[in-house]
Amino acid sequence: MVKSVTSFGRSGLSDWLLQRVSGVILLAYAICLGGTLVIGVNYAQWQAMFASTGMRVFTLLAILSLAAHAWIGMWAVGTDYLTERMLGTKGNLLRLAFQIGCSLAIFVYVIWGTQILWG
Amino acid sequence: MMVSKVKDNRPVNLDIGTMRLPITAWASITHRATGVILFVGMGILLWLLDTSLAGPDGFAFVQESLGGFVAKFVIWGLVTALIYHSLAGVKHLIMDFGVGETMEGGILGARIVIALSVVLSLLTVIWIW
Repeated sequence: MVKSVTSFGRSGLSDWLLQRVSGVILLAYAICLGGTLVIGVNYAQWQAMFASTGMRVFTLLAILSLAAHAWIGMWAVGTDYLTERMLGTKGNLLRLAFQIGCSLAIFVYVIWGTQILWG
Repeated sequence: MMVSKVKDNRPVNLDIGTMRLPITAWASITHRATGVILFVGMGILLWLLDTSLAGPDGFAFVQESLGGFVAKFVIWGLVTALIYHSLAGVKHLIMDFGVGETMEGGILGARIVIALSVVLSLLTVIWIW
């Protein structure tokens, strides 16, 4: 039995809503950045774009959205497949290791992203 | 008092390992798989962003690095994963509003997402190469 103690908002409804809000933010960011890359940029334009406060705030918002979105998504994957039912008792250990690994990666992404923007 | 919201030892009603998966299940599994791929790939994308913003030399290095076949293939793979994951996500949002929630609607939605992803992924091939 997998308990929901490691879910993001400790409630399915909260996770459901956050997953959608963060998803919409990430989609908006991806379209914005993707559009820029399709049009093409040189270094000066690229640098100026990420030097603006608006883009920095938008990027940080996207990184924080990614943190929540990835946590909820990886939780869903981990608690479905890395379980006692699927893998025996080692499933619990694997899931714990997987969730610690995901948390660390998310932590690194947030710190690294912030450092890129304001470092 | 803290009360667990989830009942202990709930029975598994649907053992998906014992049945042939419909297209909706494949669409769902692919949504998950592309999510995991994007989570891992985010490390590569952050590295590219970091290097490209480090200075003109870093920007030129990223441009040069992305010229090779393997790098292009990796970027194409990540963009394709992003396209599929985004379209499947939008499908979820539409279904949250009660549209296409029937079996027929679900199958049609899965087909549209897969078809659109293939088309956009092919357009990405043209863009990258």
